[in-house]
Amino acid sequence: MNAAAKTLAARPLDAESVRRDFPILARSINGKPLVYLDSAASAQQPLPVMRAVERYETHSHANVHRGVHTLSQEATDAFEGARERVRRFVNAASVREIVFVRGTTEAINLVAQSYVRPSFGPGDEILITALEHHANIVPWQLVCEQTGCTLKVAPIDRKGEVVLDAFVALLSPRTRLVAMAHVSNALGTVLPVQRMIAAAHEHGARVLVDGAQAVQHTRVDVRALNADFYAFSSHKLYGPTGIGVLYAREALLESMPPWQGGGDMIRTVTFEKSTYNDLPWKFEAGTPHISGAVGLAAAIDYVEALGLDAIAAHEQRLLALATTALTAIRGVQIIGTAAHKSAVISFTMAGVHPHDIGTILDHEGIAIRTGHHCAMPVMDFFGVPATARASFGCYSTTEDVARLVAALERVREIFA
Amino acid sequence: MELKDLYRDVILDHNRQPRNFGRLEPADGQADGFNPLCGDRLSVFVRLNGDRIEDLRFEGKGCAISTASASLMTEAVKGQSRAAVEALYQRVHALLTQRDAPPAQDLGKLAALSGVREFPARVKCASLCWHTLNAALHDGATVTTE
Repeated sequence: MNAAAKTLAARPLDAESVRRDFPILARSINGKPLVYLDSAASAQQPLPVMRAVERYETHSHANVHRGVHTLSQEATDAFEGARERVRRFVNAASVREIVFVRGTTEAINLVAQSYVRPSFGPGDEILITALEHHANIVPWQLVCEQTGCTLKVAPIDRKGEVVLDAFVALLSPRTRLVAMAHVSNALGTVLPVQRMIAAAHEHGARVLVDGAQAVQHTRVDVRALNADFYAFSSHKLYGPTGIGVLYAREALLESMPPWQGGGDMIRTVTFEKSTYNDLPWKFEAGTPHISGAVGLAAAIDYVEALGLDAIAAHEQRLLALATTALTAIRGVQIIGTAAHKSAVISFTMAGVHPHDIGTILDHEGIAIRTGHHCAMPVMDFFGVPATARASFGCYSTTEDVARLVAALERVREIFA
Repeated sequence: MELKDLYRDVILDHNRQPRNFGRLEPADGQADGFNPLCGDRLSVFVRLNGDRIEDLRFEGKGCAISTASASLMTEAVKGQSRAAVEALYQRVHALLTQRDAPPAQDLGKLAALSGVREFPARVKCASLCWHTLNAALHDGATVTTE
């Protein structure tokens, strides 16, 4: 971060000036100015990200790691430069620990198939928590079927917090992997991952952290956390879709077999035997999403220039404002009331299904998420089929919260 | 496109007080419907007298559109033959999806669903009950809208 960016980060976020970087926010939906409150599903992209992608595609595109021509070299430099940018962002020790994948989901599947599948068996346990996204449940179920190992689930309480005593009690020498969200997508709960990782390590377990909802809201230092695996997606961090990151300790990646075969991940190929490329390319078969990596690097530059601390402080103000305002609306119940929450507010309204809330809000130009949020077990726990969820980003404003509240009053009127 | 076209009084009424709501035991046919997109679930139970639907009920949890559509459907098909139900379903399907659908006056209260076609994301909510009824009248398997 340069000196100018540091000065900027020290100041509170100027959401109005931030909004000018996001052209989509100037749109009207159903004749009303767009209020985008669905950043937890996918954040919008700022101009610097789109321009970085355009510059790469119009100026430097070719395949990477191939050929001696100038464009191939420029594309390789852009792609590997993006990897170094990601390394600095999460403070990994080496770019050898940064594997580009399609997104968090693919990162978790990679670990399930390449780390767990070859070495886990009956008697081994994988421990997750009850607030996980389906992407941090189903890959483990699949690999449990494949290997005979067992999936254990640490419970949550009515506030949506993991019951830490129960989590610790479930750890044993049989626990070989713990997989947990850093931040819950459906509830907003921020998990005490550092303490949970330390507890897991005491029992000799490795730990994967699903950071899909965390990296855009908080500074993540994988070495300070002491995480063994950390996964996140670009498109929730104001970058393009179709690219994400698996951070993994180098020694673990060295011990893991490749998970997909193809070009780029090999050193030599004969029909008798192939040998594999060095890290991290051993895990990147085929032509990667080069422009996506370029866009992700630009997105990281963008959020770090704004300052993650400034973004978090801004979002926390909006969360507090929205929590107070929604609680005051008759029949509204907030689902997920953890002491430490991220910029996500899930709620239900007595007598009104979340889908009807979503349609009425859309009519008012307001985009929220409605449904089970890919977390059906969380919905089951709270006894609701679905919730409505508003989520905030660096471009959200107090005016957005006011529009949300006014539209929810309209829902109340229609379903009076 | 106006909200009052979607949330008509008939829809809101049938959402608040769904008709023929609950289980039917014994039933000659039963099926479960599931909309994986939103998690809506409903079950339809039918009792037959020869070729006719002598009685039917539904239960489940869903949005106003899916609940009202199911409630309206039960009123419309009770006493009807299988062939009449099939013909009615084709009419409702056209009503939900085609802008140039034939005038809906003769559909009675079901015509209240005509606003749904202006809200494409909600068509599956209104049609789930009909798919489920169809399954209940045939093999009784679980149906989904995906």
